[in-house]
Amino acid sequence: MGLESWMGDGYIATKIEDVINWCRKNSLYPMPMGISCCAIEMMAAAGPRFDIARFGSEVMRFTPRQCDLMIVAGTTTYKMAKVVRKIYDQMPEPKWVIAMGACTSSGGMYRTYSVVQGIDRFLPVDVYVAGCPPRPDNLLNALMLLQKKVQRGECQGTAPAYVGDFHGPHQSKAAAQ
Amino acid sequence: MESMNEKVLEKLTAKFGDAILESNEFRGELTMVVPKERIVDICTFLRTDEELHFDLLADLCGIDMYTPVKRFGVIYNIYSLTTKHRIRLKTFCEEENPTVPTVSGVWGTANWHERETFDMYGIHFEGHPDLRRMYMPDEFEYHPLRKDFPLMGIPGSLELPKK
Repeated sequence: MGLESWMGDGYIATKIEDVINWCRKNSLYPMPMGISCCAIEMMAAAGPRFDIARFGSEVMRFTPRQCDLMIVAGTTTYKMAKVVRKIYDQMPEPKWVIAMGACTSSGGMYRTYSVVQGIDRFLPVDVYVAGCPPRPDNLLNALMLLQKKVQRGECQGTAPAYVGDFHGPHQSKAAAQ
Repeated sequence: MESMNEKVLEKLTAKFGDAILESNEFRGELTMVVPKERIVDICTFLRTDEELHFDLLADLCGIDMYTPVKRFGVIYNIYSLTTKHRIRLKTFCEEENPTVPTVSGVWGTANWHERETFDMYGIHFEGHPDLRRMYMPDEFEYHPLRKDFPLMGIPGSLELPKK
């Protein structure tokens, strides 16, 4: 690149948004909303064999105030939906949601009056993971997909505000659709 | 050498006589239908008798037969830990104002099972210390396991947070 040739080694030129998004994607702190059986596979993903720590997400804080990714893992009933939404609202922006498993994506095997047929009825979801339960490496695949999304600066909930943007958050192209 | 089933039937008919409306034995399982007015006496007798000693209420559930008469039933599966014997008792009640006396004085576990039956079928248990819904929210107006309740529920009956 032209700029590096006269600056020499040890410098790279990039946009601040790219650096910020790179930092965000490599340190996604998950909020493990482990409701039911998918939570076991999420725990397995955090175990030594399928290590989620190598993606920077080892810190599974159980307080939403310190997280930016909510992994909803388990069947969400109408009674529980209120709680999940409350926790989601307590997370600071920018925030992303992974709908893990069949029950969160579409109600799963529970086509009944008490189960919400997909959490996207009350939460904006970024990545859906299929499986009942999805293998831990499937969840890690979803995490990698989400990392690509974060690098592009897309966020379903609200658009992340860019550094140096003094006029407030502006929508990225995908979120504006 | 009579079997346990015969012994139970003999003792019950000796004490209560006409209260055993019908009894049925299928593959070693004895089932008896009793009128709901006598259910508490029968259960107390089954529990306190030294020979029978049915001290565990394994399950208490409701059933919606969807017949014009005697629509709802309550089924009691009881087990004896000492003699290791199981029997089943059934009572039925009408669709209009379904009430059954509570057996939570006989077996403590009936408390929650009767709450569940009330929540799912609407069967009211007289004398129950704390009869309220268990699974559905308290303001829910319907009883989900009745046969006329649709599978996907009544739209709008359960509230969902806004997106």
